[in-house]
Amino acid sequence: MTEMLIFWAFAIVSVGCAVNLVIQRHPINGAISLIGVMGSLAVLYLQLGAEFIAAVQVIVYAGAIMVLFVFVIMLLNAEAEQRTGRSAVVRLIGFPSLAALLLLVGMLIRRLAPAPESVRFGDFMGGTAENIGRSLFTGYLLPFEVTSALILVAIIGAIVLAHKEID
Amino acid sequence: MHSVPLSWYLILSAVLFGLGVAGFLLRRNIITVFMCIELMLNAVNLSFVAFSYQLKQIDGHLYAFFVMVVAAAEAAVGLAIILTVFKNRATLQIDEVDSMKG
Repeated sequence: MTEMLIFWAFAIVSVGCAVNLVIQRHPINGAISLIGVMGSLAVLYLQLGAEFIAAVQVIVYAGAIMVLFVFVIMLLNAEAEQRTGRSAVVRLIGFPSLAALLLLVGMLIRRLAPAPESVRFGDFMGGTAENIGRSLFTGYLLPFEVTSALILVAIIGAIVLAHKEID
Repeated sequence: MHSVPLSWYLILSAVLFGLGVAGFLLRRNIITVFMCIELMLNAVNLSFVAFSYQLKQIDGHLYAFFVMVVAAAEAAVGLAIILTVFKNRATLQIDEVDSMKG
């Protein structure tokens, strides 16, 4: 019962925040909504036994990445976006077709996913930092090292793109 | 029914991904479009973790971890590109960045 309550509460919060991200015109409102989505997803990860991923979600995503976003929004003094004329086709069939697509995907998932499988808190608690670290440094050593090279390239790219030219 | 069916997590993931696609197509502000990409990555992470729970294996968590690392690198480079676009064109509306339009 508690699992069901937690799932519904945070699923509704995350979908509500995501809808708010899509409909808001000002990027700072969107950024705050996205932090809400990430926080509630962290709780759902915790329910699925992924405590390390939940912690990283809060620290890296909701912390570092969103701070970067908010920093850029403030730095560029971003304003609410202007309205542009949308075509009548988009206005008429856009949202109905999106709803139909989601309904179809939901039905497919209900049909294909194994029905008796259900989530109870504590069934699988393998996602501890110890287990993640062990397989990160044994089975997934090569991708982990490639990731460090990727981050180095990203740092250099960000510096090259954003540095101020001194004349 | 005392526990949550696993497919609900996948449906929630699909809904969040669909909302991310909708925002990517609807919004005109370059920063909001970028945030919608982050939303899609988060939705995919949720299904990785859900499948990892179903298979009682840790590999899904590692994939989610790598997605987060790539998202962090992507955010750094993407925001640097946004800064450069703003410096050169003084706008954040993607409709106005159309010099490659034929």
